[in-house]
Amino acid sequence: METLGYLIDGFGVALAPHNLMFALIGAFLGTLIGALPGLGPANGVAILIPLAFTLGLPPETALIMLTSVYAGAMYGGRISSILLNIPGDEPAMMTCLDGYPMAQKGKAAEALAISAIASFMGSLIATIGLILLAPLLAKFALTFGPAEYFALFVLAFATLGGITGKNPVKTILAAAIGLMIATVGIDSTGTQRYTFGVLELYEGVDFIIAIVGLFAISELLFFIESRAGGGKGPMKVNKLSLSWKEIGSIFPTTLRGGVLGFISGVLPGAGASLGSFISYTLEKKVLGSKGRFGEGDPRGVAAPEAGNNGASSGALVPMLTLGVPGSGTTAVLLALLISMNITPGPMMFTQNADIVWGVIAALLVGNFLLLLLNIPLVGIFVKLLSVPPKYLLPIVTMVAFVGIYSISNSAFDLYFMVAFGVAGYILRKLEIPLVPIILGLLLGPEMEKNLGHALTISNGEWSVLWSSGLSITLWALAIIGLVLPVVVGPVLRRRMRAAQENVD
Amino acid sequence: MAFKTPLKIVMAAVLTLGASTAMAFEPSGKVECIAPSDPGGGWDFTCRSIGNVLEDLDLVPRSVQTLNMAGAGGGVAYAHTVSKRAGDEQLLVAASTATTTRLAQGQFQGMDADMVNWIGALGADYGVIAVSKDSEYENLNDLMDALKDDPRAVKFAGGSAKGGWDHLKVLIAAKAADVGKLPKIPYLSYNNGGEALTQVVGGHVDAFTGDISEAKGFMESGDLRILAVLSEERLPGEFSDIPTAREQGIDALGPNWRGFYMPADISDDAREYWIDAMDTVYASDEWKELMKKNGLMPFHKSADEFNEFVKKQIQDIQELSKEIGLIK
Repeated sequence: METLGYLIDGFGVALAPHNLMFALIGAFLGTLIGALPGLGPANGVAILIPLAFTLGLPPETALIMLTSVYAGAMYGGRISSILLNIPGDEPAMMTCLDGYPMAQKGKAAEALAISAIASFMGSLIATIGLILLAPLLAKFALTFGPAEYFALFVLAFATLGGITGKNPVKTILAAAIGLMIATVGIDSTGTQRYTFGVLELYEGVDFIIAIVGLFAISELLFFIESRAGGGKGPMKVNKLSLSWKEIGSIFPTTLRGGVLGFISGVLPGAGASLGSFISYTLEKKVLGSKGRFGEGDPRGVAAPEAGNNGASSGALVPMLTLGVPGSGTTAVLLALLISMNITPGPMMFTQNADIVWGVIAALLVGNFLLLLLNIPLVGIFVKLLSVPPKYLLPIVTMVAFVGIYSISNSAFDLYFMVAFGVAGYILRKLEIPLVPIILGLLLGPEMEKNLGHALTISNGEWSVLWSSGLSITLWALAIIGLVLPVVVGPVLRRRMRAAQENVD
Repeated sequence: MAFKTPLKIVMAAVLTLGASTAMAFEPSGKVECIAPSDPGGGWDFTCRSIGNVLEDLDLVPRSVQTLNMAGAGGGVAYAHTVSKRAGDEQLLVAASTATTTRLAQGQFQGMDADMVNWIGALGADYGVIAVSKDSEYENLNDLMDALKDDPRAVKFAGGSAKGGWDHLKVLIAAKAADVGKLPKIPYLSYNNGGEALTQVVGGHVDAFTGDISEAKGFMESGDLRILAVLSEERLPGEFSDIPTAREQGIDALGPNWRGFYMPADISDDAREYWIDAMDTVYASDEWKELMKKNGLMPFHKSADEFNEFVKKQIQDIQELSKEIGLIK
């Protein structure tokens, strides 16, 4: 009941006119970013963070806008999957399987509408899950001492690659790079590390600058390299004819997909890609020969969409309650929280209750906005898809520069951002994932601090790290997280690839 | 456009003339306030709220523009003020005990407190030492006695870095209570007071050191027992039940003040003007209301008194920091 009261307060925040407006802007931009092939949600949020700073938004408004971007990007990913057979982002891959065949049969509008409804259901179910589960987890707040936090961060790193991740060595390498960058600055004992007497380095590397550089600027460099000037040719979408009966027929599918997606979102390391994959395969199993999967079955569009949107909201649970992001995008959102002086984790639900519940309420509101945006206005997004990137990317770059400069009015930060952009370009060329770098940068200082604290409390006794039931559980999960991808990973990946190839 | 420029010059001339006859100094045009942090922190609050009050009281011609200049715990803004803004009579920079602490510990390389003009302090958040409600320590003397027997007996959690203000408050109190071996007292630094508090209330760390505004929430919920407030007298209102360290026989003071400095080389008239302006702000009802809303307690020093206070605080912190081996 307490939760309900907070949620109502949250709606007070989310429905304030300016917050509503920024939610709408975020939902629109998010859908657009999601629709553009190649620009996934993590990049989308990273690119739009500077916008929040440029506009000087207060924390709750900035977060509401960026969570709307996040939700919107998950919606948008399906548009190019269905129309072009190119997934806008990785989780939207499964949507190609039945979405594209539907579009080829001249039912693109139906496919888009069904996927929008499924996305809505998936998000809705997962947001309700978030509302129920998050406060329970947050109650754990007081049982987490330094040793437990340390084990939790180890768990976060252990599950970083994800069950579907392909190259664990590169993931570990990337995390190590992140941890190394995290050591720059004055440490907790007042000692300077790698500051070289440069005043700007005393407080360490600002991860917002790192994120915008690594994601947004490197994206621009990739664009310059490919000189992909032309947009997609104009696309036609037929007139929508969808009956309530048809919507009703996908309802059970969206329900199953949403729940499965939510669960795989909450679990560390699983993520949205797995969410949509599991939902699709389950649906295929459940319906068996009754469905015509792979040939344009509406339920084949609904299942993965409900799954990946469910997972994206589910991923917010560990991020908000424990300060451990379950995906790249939530890592970026985590960075935003920290840079706004809000410490994520169990404490946030008591210290910043208005912000947390405002954001959760905004997720619900944003979902309705997205449904409204995505059914009648889908034509606009389709048109925008044909805008050549040569117009879009310069705007992105401008926003990035203005935004970063407006955080601290320092040209130094701009050089730093460009340097990170170049580094991001090189790393992506080497196929080293960027998300673990961000996570290392984010969690490194916390991990170090908690290790130090645990040892101070125990007077230097290392066994304190595994002396409570909670910490032992966390260590065990971390070990499972490390072992599972090696055992189950190849099998899962092969199946996902096989499913994809069936269509091609 | 052609005739506008001469008009502007005439206007400016008239204004200058008017200013020089009517009053020695009056700000004209843009007044800036540098908050040496990202938006959202204490310095940001100082700039924005004082800026608003200055505007409401017509002490500035237009609104005060807050400029966020984060970096090196205020060091970037300090260096900027010293090296690029000398003589700028329309620039205020927000400061607090964190500024003096870093100056004292030589963290602003090559710079010291004499390189700027200290204008005034307009309120303070007082330090407290607290324990969880289940703790064996009933008052500050219990706790200090335990430390006297074994300096590692009580572990403190606070929101500042090691050697930072929250850590120093413990040392100030311990020193006043004649606890030896100050460097041995364990201090765990957290990102903010809230995090430190949860660890204390959750039973992971023994005692909390921080400011009264941070401790308020858990004090009200009954989870936290505040052993002492480091103020000269008991605090007003709901805090009046909390004993001071002084009345327990431990002469320790720990005000975390909020105030401003200005660049060097400004005219005496300008300095005078801003000191008066701050005095006016402090006396205003608007500011009193804002202080109350944000947990600030009465604390006012201006002009030479403030200057002396800053120098004294820096000296004290320097001595303590040397004693615990943080600086040489």
